[in-house]
Amino acid sequence: MRAVGIILAGGNNRKMKELTAKRATAAMPIAGSYRSIDFALSNMSNSHVQSVAVLTQYNTRSLNEHLNSSKWWDFGRKHGGLYVFTPTITNNNSDWYRGTADAIYQNIEFLKRCHEPYVIITSGDAVYKLDYNKVLEYHIAKKADITVVCKHLETGEDASRFGTVKLDEDMRIEEFEEKPMVAASNTVSTGVYIIRRRQLIDLIEHCASEDRYDFVNDILIRYKNLKNIYGYKIESYWSNISTVDAYYKTNMDFLKPEVRNYFFKQYPEVYSKVSDLPPAKYNPGAAVKNSLISSGCIINGMVENSVLFKKVFVGNNCVIKNSIILNDVYLGDNTYIENCIVESRDTIRANTRYVGEKEIKVVVERNERYGM
Amino acid sequence: MIAMLLAGGQGSRLGVLTARVAKPAVAFGGKYRIIDFPLSNCINSGIDTVGVLTQYQPLRLNTHIGIGIPWDLDRNIGGVTVLPPYEKSANSEWYTGTANAIYQNLTYIDSFNPDYVLILSGDHIYKMDYEVMLDFHKENHAEVTIATMPVPMEEASRFGIVITDETGKIQEFEEKPEVPSSNLASMGIYIFNWPLLRQALSELSDQPQCDFGKHIIPYCHDLEKPVYAYEFNGYWKDVGTLGSYWEANMELIDIIPEFNLYEEFWKIYTNSDIIPPQYISEQSIIERSIIGDGAEICGEVRNSVIGSGVTIGEGAIIRDSIIMKDVEIGAGCVIEKSIIAESAKIGERSTLGIGSDAANKIKPDVYSFGLVTIGEDTIIPADVLIGKNTAVSGITSREDYIDGMLESGETLIKAGEQL
Repeated sequence: MRAVGIILAGGNNRKMKELTAKRATAAMPIAGSYRSIDFALSNMSNSHVQSVAVLTQYNTRSLNEHLNSSKWWDFGRKHGGLYVFTPTITNNNSDWYRGTADAIYQNIEFLKRCHEPYVIITSGDAVYKLDYNKVLEYHIAKKADITVVCKHLETGEDASRFGTVKLDEDMRIEEFEEKPMVAASNTVSTGVYIIRRRQLIDLIEHCASEDRYDFVNDILIRYKNLKNIYGYKIESYWSNISTVDAYYKTNMDFLKPEVRNYFFKQYPEVYSKVSDLPPAKYNPGAAVKNSLISSGCIINGMVENSVLFKKVFVGNNCVIKNSIILNDVYLGDNTYIENCIVESRDTIRANTRYVGEKEIKVVVERNERYGM
Repeated sequence: MIAMLLAGGQGSRLGVLTARVAKPAVAFGGKYRIIDFPLSNCINSGIDTVGVLTQYQPLRLNTHIGIGIPWDLDRNIGGVTVLPPYEKSANSEWYTGTANAIYQNLTYIDSFNPDYVLILSGDHIYKMDYEVMLDFHKENHAEVTIATMPVPMEEASRFGIVITDETGKIQEFEEKPEVPSSNLASMGIYIFNWPLLRQALSELSDQPQCDFGKHIIPYCHDLEKPVYAYEFNGYWKDVGTLGSYWEANMELIDIIPEFNLYEEFWKIYTNSDIIPPQYISEQSIIERSIIGDGAEICGEVRNSVIGSGVTIGEGAIIRDSIIMKDVEIGAGCVIEKSIIAESAKIGERSTLGIGSDAANKIKPDVYSFGLVTIGEDTIIPADVLIGKNTAVSGITSREDYIDGMLESGETLIKAGEQL
């Protein structure tokens, strides 16, 4: 592959409420066994990108723990590999990343030392599969300066939390609005870009010299008429998880056979860090319907239309409906949970009841846990 | 201390399960293989140099072990090394016995120059801290220590029995005695001082089928070296027969199993290439079972161990069975007390495990316990009935079943398959 990868995983989104209190969005658990960044990393690996930089700054503990070894995504190579860059104090800089462009600027050395002619930039908070080689071929064929991967949202989906684009017949981007009040178009930028490496270095350095820090506003939108910026449309599944509702919906999508088939069964595979957990165990009293269950779970109660992440313990007579239970949660006997997302490592006392009435409720409950 | 793990055995009493894989590579407990247990014990005991001796059908074993990443045995120094038999300038031979296999790899052990060598076999299910055994070995200034465990007196005649004095020093051995005079059975786990083992192996190098139990240990004993018995009281299960293999799997299902895989302490590691969670459909009923990653279940599963990536069709009923990795079970099947090996396909509405308890006609000692045993990659057509104490292996079609039925006690092995 003639490109290096950059994954922008610095962010935290207030729309994620309590869920990102303890982790960056890119480290959000997805579909039982994965984390959000696995999708971008697997795409990189499956597209044979050799060097990938992950730029991160918000609460990186969880993300770093997940990325503790690059071998799970097959990046443990002699050439290239996986680099995690957090802001550092240097001779001429002591700031945090002030924006996406600034994050790249602060690590411009990484780009300067590569020899690959192109750069793929993606975010760590989207669930999708994409062969970047196809996008690169398109980028070259169009003689584009920048190619933006776009997705047409179904009617009814809220485009206003994304950058919306309008394309001409040649697929060149005519208009680009970042998080508009009212979305004029249903085609949104997925936050995946391809750009020539030299070009990117020039743009980023120029941007920094003007004290501008944001890739979308200060590069894509500002240079829209000056540079050839093209859109590449994808038809396959793509979902951004950065609100509680979107996160809930994305996980629930995996209960659909076509989504499971696309991600779990079809080539190429999505990789993740392996946790050494035993198979899930169903004890007497277990009644599981239309749910995803991950390894290490022990189930004694009822689970319906839900996603259970790894190592969840469901006590006797529990009822769990339409909920997402994150990693390593202990649910005491007779618990009732409906329309909730239960935060990882929670310990819920017996006889507790949590119901998300109008919207999905995020449950964070820390109790002393006794040995099981 | 370094460990030498004997993993070359066929395990012929597992019948069609080991037709194409060595016994240590047979799946166990949903996502594991038998060899995961000794390998995990090694790393959990702090032993990071392990030689794995392979001989019979090693492909699955080799790919499973790889460079040892799942067990953290990918090391700069030591780590896991697979040791197959190899050609020499003179006298090339297969591994003819357990001790002979070690003898042929003297240079491997010598290259680490260890003080102690731990001999393990790759076909037992247990969790054991070998370091505690080594402490025992050192404390007693033993030159050989044999791990033993008390077994019921009536079963003692199936094992190698040791008779010890009150300090644990071994006075006498009895190999499968008619009338056992003790119930301490050898588990086939030994710690040797390397110089003594080296000497014994060299001295007995001409011994045909040189074996630890039959030759090396008696040799050391005859030299009046201190040979001690280390008593182990945890869970230990020999899964050498289909019956004990089935039983050991079923024990994992108990609410709090005696052999608990869910403890944080002493984890068992495995090479799992299937990551996604399992999906349980609207129509399924699951009780008292363990199910591996990536399985898609649409039927009824009770008292069963289901491997990773298994698909169970709508309305299928699985009871008291072991279904290994990537098996596909068609809709409407009824499967009772069966062992179905990896990647087998069972056609729709077929019924396994019905009829009389007639003993198997060809190998009554292997295919018994009322089990149906289906070999790897076997295909069973739709709408057939299969009786008890049966074995099926290979790609079978409807013509192979007389009136759509394989009677209890029959064996159906297609051409090209080994018995």
